[in-house]
Amino acid sequence: MWEIWSSSLPSLFGAMLKFTIPLSLLSFAIGLVIAVVVALIKFLPVQGNRFIKLLWQGIRLLVSFYVWAFRSTPLLVQLFIIFFGLPSIGIKLAPFTAAVIGFSLNTGAYGSETIRSALLAVNQDQWDAAYTLGFSTPQTLWRIIMPQALRIVLPPLSNEFIGLVKDTSLASTITIAEMFQVSQQIAAQNFQPLTMYIEVAFLYAILCTILSTLQHYLERRSSKFVQEVSH
Amino acid sequence: MLQISKLTKQFGSQQVLKGISARFPEKQTTVIVGPSGSGKTTLLRSLDLLVRPDSGELMFDDLKLDFSQPISSKQRNKLRNKTSMVFQNWNLFPNLTILQNITSAPIHVHKVAVDQAEHQAHKLLQEVGLDEYATAYPHELSGGQQQRISICRALAVQPQYILLDEPTSALDPERENQILRMLERLSNEGNSLIMVTHNMQFAKNVADKILFLEDGELQFDGDKEAFFSAKTDRIQQFLQGVTLN
Repeated sequence: MWEIWSSSLPSLFGAMLKFTIPLSLLSFAIGLVIAVVVALIKFLPVQGNRFIKLLWQGIRLLVSFYVWAFRSTPLLVQLFIIFFGLPSIGIKLAPFTAAVIGFSLNTGAYGSETIRSALLAVNQDQWDAAYTLGFSTPQTLWRIIMPQALRIVLPPLSNEFIGLVKDTSLASTITIAEMFQVSQQIAAQNFQPLTMYIEVAFLYAILCTILSTLQHYLERRSSKFVQEVSH
Repeated sequence: MLQISKLTKQFGSQQVLKGISARFPEKQTTVIVGPSGSGKTTLLRSLDLLVRPDSGELMFDDLKLDFSQPISSKQRNKLRNKTSMVFQNWNLFPNLTILQNITSAPIHVHKVAVDQAEHQAHKLLQEVGLDEYATAYPHELSGGQQQRISICRALAVQPQYILLDEPTSALDPERENQILRMLERLSNEGNSLIMVTHNMQFAKNVADKILFLEDGELQFDGDKEAFFSAKTDRIQQFLQGVTLN
């Protein structure tokens, strides 16, 4: 067993570095940007004339539809639509690009609700205090609300990132030779599926443990202004 | 001078302000009193547009707001740059240190140089005996200390009017006295204060003018001597009830 593990480790490690990690990081970064934008569109009240208000309502409806669509359908189906479905209407994407688009849009949809709930969790009194000092809405959001929301959003968002790292194994279904697909290929050659899949599971676990440790570090840093609670 | 005319506000089916008109003289302390649910806090929050009245007018020097018309952000900022509010639960920003709480608005809103804003903040902190906490976070301070900081934060933007919404009601009697002494000093120094309070003794000590509100209507508007010696049944009843409590 050790021999199989040590001989397959370089290939699996290579797939991790080449696909699993870049796919996770890139998709999460893009997904996070989408999530923040969508959360703010759904969260912020609009001011202005009737036309602006109507336009804002239209944009809100559109992003609500996007969130609904991506939360209501399986990620695997979304990847298949993007990679296998879109070519039939002339949009042909490379596997890696299709995977990044699928994972980013999925992360964006889930993340937007997580971020919106964190923004809602910050007490309304904080807005009042900032407004009364003359802060504008963007200043209040940036300097007062977001730092407080960051502390609230870190654990659920870290959960989503860890979930995404594991979900990148689905990219194997759209021909990407990421870590899981490489383990499948090796298992098909050496007829040792149990050994190979335990090895790949172990590698995913290492990646996720590193992320959990990073989460705890970031949580400690972002909570320096909060009283410690003993349980 | 800050003035309001025929302010109305409705929350759902409840009419909270029913056409309130009043003047808030500069360099004087105006105290708003009345039973719970009479609209005192709504009136105070209307003066800083944290609550937007449905109709009526607000006049402040050359600024005139007609609430039946849309209020632009420029008008809103102009009003908020002249006022500052102290809240019942102090509402300090927990993510900022005490010094940052006091300097954030001068630096980011009024564009005061950082050095100058910090110098001013330290001066205010020294006056309230809390300069040693400049680098602490709000949760490291007691309620009374946090309320003193919130008053410093309001003073740091050098407002023409300081609005105070029951600033002592969340404090124990000892800390309440500390805050009351501080507010008495501010009042005696000629600051313009508008305050909602249930503390009649304090109102008696510092108020120049009293507004008595009941059920969204202004029942009394005059100087404190006239209020405390008022012969109307309702005011007598209110004062007796407050004293008994």
